Amino acid sequence: MGVSRIEKRFETLKKENRAGLVTFTTAGDPDLETSLNILKGLPNAGADIIEIGMPFSDPMADGPAIQEASIRALKGKMTLRKTLNMVTSFRENDQDTPIILMGYYNPIYIYGVDKFLEDALEAGIDGLIIVDLPPEEDTELAIPAKAAGMGMVHLATPTTDQARLGQILKNGTGFLYYVTIAGITGTAKPDLAPVKNALDNFRKVTDIPMAVGFGIKTPEDAARFAEFADAVVVGSAIVDIIKQNIANSALESKVLSFVNELSIGVKSAR
Amino acid sequence: MTENKKNSYRNGPDEDGHFGIYGGRYVAETLMPLVLDVEKTYREAKNDPAFKQEFQELLKEYVGRPNPLYYAKRMTEHLGGAKIYFKREELNHTGAHKINNCVGQILLARRMGKTRIIAETGAGQHGVATATVCALFGMPCVVYMGAKDIERQKPNVFRMKLLGAEVIPVTSGSESLKDSMNEAMRDWVSNVEDTFYIIGTAAGPHPYPELVRDFQCVIGDEARAQILEKEGRLADSLVACVGGGSNAIGLFHPFLDDDVDIYAVEAAGHGVDTDKHAASLTGGAPGVLHGNRTYLLMDDDGQILEAHSISAGLDYPGIGPEHSHLNDIGRVKYVPIDDKQALEAFQLCTKLEGIIPALESAHAIAYVMKLAPTLPKDHIMIMGLSGRGDKDIFTVAKALGEEI
Repeated sequence: MGVSRIEKRFETLKKENRAGLVTFTTAGDPDLETSLNILKGLPNAGADIIEIGMPFSDPMADGPAIQEASIRALKGKMTLRKTLNMVTSFRENDQDTPIILMGYYNPIYIYGVDKFLEDALEAGIDGLIIVDLPPEEDTELAIPAKAAGMGMVHLATPTTDQARLGQILKNGTGFLYYVTIAGITGTAKPDLAPVKNALDNFRKVTDIPMAVGFGIKTPEDAARFAEFADAVVVGSAIVDIIKQNIANSALESKVLSFVNELSIGVKSAR
Repeated sequence: MTENKKNSYRNGPDEDGHFGIYGGRYVAETLMPLVLDVEKTYREAKNDPAFKQEFQELLKEYVGRPNPLYYAKRMTEHLGGAKIYFKREELNHTGAHKINNCVGQILLARRMGKTRIIAETGAGQHGVATATVCALFGMPCVVYMGAKDIERQKPNVFRMKLLGAEVIPVTSGSESLKDSMNEAMRDWVSNVEDTFYIIGTAAGPHPYPELVRDFQCVIGDEARAQILEKEGRLADSLVACVGGGSNAIGLFHPFLDDDVDIYAVEAAGHGVDTDKHAASLTGGAPGVLHGNRTYLLMDDDGQILEAHSISAGLDYPGIGPEHSHLNDIGRVKYVPIDDKQALEAFQLCTKLEGIIPALESAHAIAYVMKLAPTLPKDHIMIMGLSGRGDKDIFTVAKALGEEI
C-alpha cells in the first residue's frame, strides 16, 4: 500500500471534518510482546495513524522520555528486523491504519536502503520519518522511497522559511510534519498562535496534509491543535505512561485508555 | 585557505560537504538553516583579510604561536633509525592543539552575532579551550561532559569552572564523549537563535569538518616551513594520533600533495580484536552519526557502540569524514596502538626528552617507536605532539599501580 494508505486516511478524515490522532510508541518498549499488544490495540483506542519509533542508541532529537524508551527497547535486544516483523503481525488484522516508522538513518543505512524499502513495504509500512535526513540529503532515502511508493514524511520547523519549504515539499510525501517548537521531543510546551500562523502560510503554497507534533501532552492540548491541524501527534506523553507502569499488569490498558482520551479530545475539536 | 588544484588531495569537500562518500549534513531540519548560515559566514570570513588577520594575531599573541618544531635528539638516538622531530602543540596556551580551532570558531560566532557558546568535551581539553576563549570574549559558555569523564578528569572540570563555564554532566547513554555530543546537539536545536556550537574535532555536519581542519592547518603550515628551514627539504613521513582527528588533519593536510608517507594512529584500547577499543577505521564500518557519514563502531543493527581507550580524548566511536576518505583512497595509513603501548611510550618520552605527553599523543609516540628503528638515519619524521600530559598523571599512576 505505502503512501496511498496514508493519503486515503487523510481523505477520510477530511470527509469527517476532523483532525486525525497520530500516536507514537517505540518498538520493543518496554518489551516486544507488550509493545506489539499496544500496537494492535491502538486503532480501536482511537489512533488514526500510528508512528512506531525505531530504537536508536543516539537519539539526538529526542528528550528524556523517548531516549529512555529507546534504551529499554535496545536492552531487550530490539532490532529493525523485529520492528518490521511487528508490523507484519499487526497487518494480519488491520489493513487500513497507516503505519509510519520514525527514527534515525543509521539503522536503515546499515540494513541497506533498497532491501529496507522492499522489506518495509512488504511488512505493511506506509511511510517514514527520518529525523536526521533534511532535504539536503534526499538522495539517500527520500528519492528511492518515493520511487518505491513509500511515503517519505518531511519535517518543517519554526526555523523553516518559505524558500526551504519548497525544498522540503519537493520530495516529501504523505503529509508534512510541522515541529511545533525549536527543540527536542517531549519538552517545551508549544504556543498555539505561531503554529497556526505557520500552517496558514504553508497552506498558501501546498495542499499536502499537515500534522503537528512535539510537546503536545494532554487531550486538551491535542484538542486545541486539532481545531486547525490535519493531524496531531502525541508521543512522549504516551511513552511516559509506559515508563510509569512498567511493573503494572494493567500497563497496556492504561496506555490504550489514555490514547482513547486523546482521541476524544481530537474528535471534539471541531 | 585551501587552494583549488586539479588532481589534488586538498580539494575537498565538495559543495555539499562530501569527501568522497563521507561527510554531508545529517541533521534535524530545525538546525539546517543555522548550519547553512555557519557555512555562509565561514565562506565570507575566509575571504575577509580582517578576519584572517585577527585570527593570526590571536594565535601569535594569545596562543603563543608559532610553536617549535623540535629535534628529539635523545629519542632519535635511542631508537637508532629515522631522525625524529616533534611539532610542539603541547606548548600552546591551554596545553594542546584544541585552542587553535576554538579561537577560529569564536570569531565566527561573534561574526554571526551569537551570544552564547556550547561545546562537548571528552578529556576536557576542548572544554577548557572553549571556556578559555569564552572568558577572553566575555561570552557565557556551557560545556557538556559525560558523568564518567567528569569523574576521571576532575582537574579539567575545575579549570572550566574557574574560567566561568557551566559544566553540565551528561548521564544519558554511555556517559562519555558521544553522549556529550548528543546532548550538545539537543541544546543547540533548542537554542538556535542565540547559540553557537563550537565542535571540538574535524567532524559533525558540513561545514564543521572543513572549518575545523582549516583552523588546525596552522599546525602543518608551520611544520612545513620549519622543516624546510631546518633541513632544506620536506619530511619523509608524518605521524599523529586520531580520535576525531583534528590535530592529525591539521598536520597532514598541507603535506597531502607532497611525496610524504603519512601515518595516523588510532586508539586500540585493549586490542582491536576485543570489544574495548576506539579504532573506528581499523575495526568499524561506514555509517551515519552526529551529522556526517564516516567510519563508526557499531553492531549489526546500526546501533553505535561504546568506545574504549585509556585516553579520554580518543574515546569516541567515530572519526572525522576526511580521514575516512583518506583511508579509503589509501593516502593516509591508519594504524592501531593499544593502551599498553601508549603507556610505555608515555614513560619513554617523559624520561628521554623531559616532555610529559598527553596520553592521546603517546599513541603517536608509540607508533614512532615501532616505525623509526626500521628506517634509515637520513629519513626525516615529524610527529604531532598534540598535547601535554599533566591532565593524565592520575590515570597513568593508576595504570602503573602507584598511589599519588
